[in-house]
Amino acid sequence: MTFTFKVNGKTTTVDVAPDMPLLWVLRDVLDLKGTKYGCGIAQCGACTVHVKGTPTRSCRLPMSRVQGAEITTIEGLSTDGSHPVQRAWEAIDVPQCGYCQAGQIMSAAALLARNSNPSDADIDSAMNGNICRCGTYNRIREAIHKAATSAATDGGAAARSGRSGDEN
Amino acid sequence: METKTPVDRRQFLRVSAIAGGGVLLATYIEPFANAGARLSGAAAPAADFAPNAFIRITPDGTITIIAKNPEIGQGIKTMLPMLIADELDADWSKVKIEQGKLDSVNYLPRQFAGGSTATPQNWIPMRRVGAAARAMLVTAAAQTWNVPESELTTSMGAVIHQASNRRATYGELSAKASSVPSPNLETVKLKDPKQFTIIGKGVPGVDNRTIVTGKPLFGIDVTVPGMLYAVFEKAPVFAAKVTSANLDEIKKEPGVKHAFVVDGGTQLTGLLPGVAIVADSWWQARSARSKLKVVWEDHPTAQQSSASIARQADELSKKTPQRNLRKDGDVDAAFKSAAKVVEATYFYPFIAHAPLEPQNTTASFKDGKLEIWSPTQIPEGGRTLCAQTLGIKDTDITVSLIRAGGGFGRRLNNDYMVEAAWIAKQINGPVKLLWTREDDMQHDFYRPAGYHYLKGAVDASGKLIAWKNHFVSFGDPERMAAAPVPNQGAPFASSAGISGLEFPARFVPNFTIDTSVMPLGVPTGALRAPGSNGIAYATQSFIDELALAAGKDPLQFRIDLVSNTPIALEPPPNAPPGQQPILFEGQRMRGVLELVREKSGWGKTLPKGTGMGVAFHWSHRGYFAEVVQATVQKNGTLKVDKVWVAGDIGNQIINPLNAENQVQGSVIDGISEALAQEITIEGGRTTQSNFNDFPLIRMRQAPPVEVHFNITDNAPTGIGEPALPPVVPALCSAIYAATGKRVRSLPLSKADLKWT
Repeated sequence: MTFTFKVNGKTTTVDVAPDMPLLWVLRDVLDLKGTKYGCGIAQCGACTVHVKGTPTRSCRLPMSRVQGAEITTIEGLSTDGSHPVQRAWEAIDVPQCGYCQAGQIMSAAALLARNSNPSDADIDSAMNGNICRCGTYNRIREAIHKAATSAATDGGAAARSGRSGDEN
Repeated sequence: METKTPVDRRQFLRVSAIAGGGVLLATYIEPFANAGARLSGAAAPAADFAPNAFIRITPDGTITIIAKNPEIGQGIKTMLPMLIADELDADWSKVKIEQGKLDSVNYLPRQFAGGSTATPQNWIPMRRVGAAARAMLVTAAAQTWNVPESELTTSMGAVIHQASNRRATYGELSAKASSVPSPNLETVKLKDPKQFTIIGKGVPGVDNRTIVTGKPLFGIDVTVPGMLYAVFEKAPVFAAKVTSANLDEIKKEPGVKHAFVVDGGTQLTGLLPGVAIVADSWWQARSARSKLKVVWEDHPTAQQSSASIARQADELSKKTPQRNLRKDGDVDAAFKSAAKVVEATYFYPFIAHAPLEPQNTTASFKDGKLEIWSPTQIPEGGRTLCAQTLGIKDTDITVSLIRAGGGFGRRLNNDYMVEAAWIAKQINGPVKLLWTREDDMQHDFYRPAGYHYLKGAVDASGKLIAWKNHFVSFGDPERMAAAPVPNQGAPFASSAGISGLEFPARFVPNFTIDTSVMPLGVPTGALRAPGSNGIAYATQSFIDELALAAGKDPLQFRIDLVSNTPIALEPPPNAPPGQQPILFEGQRMRGVLELVREKSGWGKTLPKGTGMGVAFHWSHRGYFAEVVQATVQKNGTLKVDKVWVAGDIGNQIINPLNAENQVQGSVIDGISEALAQEITIEGGRTTQSNFNDFPLIRMRQAPPVEVHFNITDNAPTGIGEPALPPVVPALCSAIYAATGKRVRSLPLSKADLKWT
């Protein structure tokens, strides 16, 4: 069955089974490997993408529900790592193994898009669906605060345009 | 996709990406750099300077350094090249890092991730590699300029002759340096630590940009042309054989190319029986598997359960122990004369590793040769296992080390690698095997459960005078009860053992540690800080109980205990030189206990329901003392407020940025284990299957972790593990301080913490 939807701004058509989760279409059909498989039951958040800006677990999203959707993956956040959240992640040296971090970054970017200055409680609530097995939660929290500050300094433009910048 | 031309693997990835996804995707795919390193195998062009397998300098000034060890999140791909680059006097911002393939000849010490061994094993050898290359570049410059080497200095990738104001970059010197003989690595001069320019600086992970932009990096991301995708179903009862399977039906499912039974063996660490399904895509293989019906043979361990194990442990605890591991003084006499005697039983459960990237390996078999791309902690062991199982030679196997999405000890077993290799051989081509999370949870090498039957005593002055532990664990009961075999460890199951020297051995005048074991049909293995991650909980919690019985402050009681003069150790009669045990040093632990007392504000008055607990543990050569503050609501709801850590891993924190991250991660990992992790066995199989019934710690539960190091005059040691063990007992003692409830059985989710 064919499905047409937008991935990172580009219209894409795939011919796959309707029950195939978006995660596997991204990874194995479109070769976008940034979105990760961790649990397959929407428990860990490694597969988080944006569906029209809303953080969504792609491992449980069948293609039958993706027809016409607007999807953003980690690859679409910026091509060069210039999104404020990506920059903060690098500046704080958040990753250990790094496997969960694409999902963490997508959840954090969605949080900052709707709340430019989140409190610790806001972060707890927005990030609680993303497991970091290495336990980098201290630095994830710090990086979200840093991204909020730098996005504010940039007038919020970087968050939308993916403008490159160098704060290190 | 087919290709007849031999293509460099990095080109493969580029080509396949374009073919698979079209022009749209080409912009997303960078070369999969860490799968491509071939420095040691390829002949360097004459103008390149490749003094050893770790360094290559090209005339354009590019310095490439090989990171040889498996990267599993411990930061080794950054840290080992830092050691080389510093002694080389390279400009770190311009150094390129490549992951080395498995090469047992050129990449020594052994390519391995485990036991927090990389720092002690590589601290000197990797620095020598860099220093030797630097020395050759200096010689090249001296010959070029006809000046004495003693007048030359190096900095930021260049040799400098101050007197004549001349400077040559390493790139400019590369051709000349290639003709300079390599100095003796054993005697090459190393820097005075005061001269370090990279070591000791906070260096961010070298793969960070790749990670935050989502480019292919992990085992699960590997793609080779023409590859198929596999799933593998094994028996829920470990090692049970296949009687029959509905393969004909499975073969009719969409995309399925192969479906077959793998006979496998009986070794839990090897290739086990199962059914492989190979399809055009992983989702198709996975979908076909949901229709798979396998009849498994009966298996002798099918009656085993967590309840039956607990019953056996209780029975064994009442019998004469099978073996004594150490004895000092006379515990029974001390118990009779003691002011106070305390008895307690501590239990910790089986737990799973659950690295976030499920097990996977890509393997290609062609013309009797096997190529493997695998996220493994022990690639050499994997190659041996594949060679033996497939009946091919080691030399016919190449192994690329791929960054692993977490290890924690799980990838010290290469069961998934040999499965991929076997399937590749059966289909005679390339295949990516990927496990589901359920496969991972139900086919782990679990942290073994443990039972500690403890009895201790203090005298009227509050001094710990007697300690007795009957440790009930898993292994071979007959051999355990027989006389010990010289130079052979006690017959415990993997990671289920304890040493006779485990603290407080030697620091208590009357001391006995005994053990009894029961057989187990469940795979066990090393989980981050193996042994220690359970033993520290039992030992330090019981020390807390004894401190309270003594009427002492729990932190001061510990300082007093480690300040005792240890009982001298008689060297084992047959121990070869250099194989003497590394011994616990009380004064180093005292140092971190005093530091954590100061940093945590230990002893301050806290509201009811809030408490602080302290614990320490020595493992993997690291000394760690930790204080946890926790708050328990009257309804029993627990919140870990904060953790303070003091560690002593020697005189040099090589990468402080990563060291802090590792310690914070270890502490949060330990809290996660204590809070709710438990694997139970029912009908010989694992009950839990995914993160819904094996919950990992989440953001809301993770406390701030403050990390301090006590710099001491000792060689640097590893940081991946030793910060984990103390946090579990420190948390439980904080709960006691808050509620008066002593937790003697984990996980905490099963404990009733309500108070009034």
